[in-house]
Amino acid sequence: MTPPVPPTPAPELTWEPPHLIPNFWWRWATVLGLVAYLAYASTALDLNWARFVHGLPRAWDFISRMVPPSFERWELIVSGGLESLRMALISSFIGVVIGVPVAVGASRNLSPWYVYLLSRGYIAISRTFPEVIIAILFVKAFGFGAFAGTLTLVAAASGFIGKLLAEDIEDIDPGQVEAIRATGAGGMKVLLYGVFPQVLPRLVGLAIYRLDINLRASTIIGIVGAGGIGSALFHSFKRYDYDFTLAILLVIIAMVMVAELVSTELRRRIQ
Amino acid sequence: MLQVENLVKVYPSGERALKGCNLTIEGAQVVAMIGPSGSGKSTFIRCINRLVEPTEGRVVLDGVDVTALGMARLRRMRRQMGMIFQEFNLVERLTVMENVLSGRLGYVSFLRALLRRYPRQDIAAAFRLLERVGLAGYHNNRADALSGGQRQRVGIARALVQQPKILLVDEPTSSLDPKTSRVILRLITELAAEREIPAIINIHDVSLAQAFAHRVVGLSAGEIVFDGAPHQVSAETLNAIYGEEDWSRTIRPVTEEGEETADPPATPPIAAGVP
Repeated sequence: MTPPVPPTPAPELTWEPPHLIPNFWWRWATVLGLVAYLAYASTALDLNWARFVHGLPRAWDFISRMVPPSFERWELIVSGGLESLRMALISSFIGVVIGVPVAVGASRNLSPWYVYLLSRGYIAISRTFPEVIIAILFVKAFGFGAFAGTLTLVAAASGFIGKLLAEDIEDIDPGQVEAIRATGAGGMKVLLYGVFPQVLPRLVGLAIYRLDINLRASTIIGIVGAGGIGSALFHSFKRYDYDFTLAILLVIIAMVMVAELVSTELRRRIQ
Repeated sequence: MLQVENLVKVYPSGERALKGCNLTIEGAQVVAMIGPSGSGKSTFIRCINRLVEPTEGRVVLDGVDVTALGMARLRRMRRQMGMIFQEFNLVERLTVMENVLSGRLGYVSFLRALLRRYPRQDIAAAFRLLERVGLAGYHNNRADALSGGQRQRVGIARALVQQPKILLVDEPTSSLDPKTSRVILRLITELAAEREIPAIINIHDVSLAQAFAHRVVGLSAGEIVFDGAPHQVSAETLNAIYGEEDWSRTIRPVTEEGEETADPPATPPIAAGVP
């Protein structure tokens, strides 16, 4: 497509934007390869229309058994919901307490390389696994219930705060840090006056955002036995109480929406 | 007395910022350091309080070899060196008072710093200095709400509340307009005289240096190429420092020096904006 144009004094009359892959053959080989793999993948996964149509009545049956929702055992919903709320609040708080030092450690401009690597390692581990997988691990280790769930959320929240706050700390104005160092202040006082004032609004915003995320996550991780309203959801499935399932789902949706609203409003006021 | 002996700084990039500088300052002398950008002025004063670690040479302040100190003793030494910056370097989100009191950080405990519970005499000194620099009534304003000149006044108060034995001043006027520049420089030199402490002032503006300093030092490519009285600065000196140029309009005629004292008194008319 792009044969080498010999240098001529005459102005060129055609122009094409440069291609992402300059070589003609490589470009088309990439496109054909991708198409071929997609075709193979869909047959390997046995995606077909007949199965979809066949499943529709069963899905309909499942849904019809869910309505109307049954709030008969509302005490279970309330106690599960409150437990999720407690898990979210406590884990967010501890997550910030652990996350802030991790963030300082993970900032290239403040920490020596070994602290940096250690902190980045912690963040990487905490951020690699989704909450549900960490929860499975902690439920195996510490048994069913809210304890394992809270630990899960602490692990996830501290990595989250650590990573995002570290990005902000790496962007601070070094002049302010230099001025505080010049007064003879030591490391902790430099953090206190030179660093934290610069990132405090961001930290408050992140903490509220994480509280929001923890509340959603606390409903999900109950499914693997880590306590909260998710446990009630899981048990209702196992007992085929689909009308109760719908009631719990509605409550979870309401909780998440309220959390979202509160979090948005709080963060708007901080900006 | 400050003695700088054979100061060398080689940055990790291999750049030789200082190539063996010697300078002795006795008494409460105001020394203006002039030189083009990149000549090593900033590096020079940062080597004195070791914000930049010198590669070779010695810095001795009042008989103490600063370059030989361990970290803890270096911090105690930094308390005695007040520093003023080009970009003011105030903690933007803190109040004027917190910024001034941060000059006492080297003296107070971490808990006091955290809770902002500074000793009474520190607070009294801070209020006195705010009044002296013309910012009485501004103590609860946030630093980022101030104008450039006002910020530099806070920077000056922060440096002086340390009760320093020397002032290290890095391009104090480069971010300010010409009028404010003069006012700020006058304030710095007056305060240095009141406290009877020396000051090293890095400055681009040759005529300002001549007007306010007792002594002018010229730095070029990491070497001191001139050291003399302000009136000794000539076209040849400036050629040696900056390279060939027509300097006829830059050098201050000596007759204009008298005009300085005729200027309005040091307290500038900023009170109009007091809340």
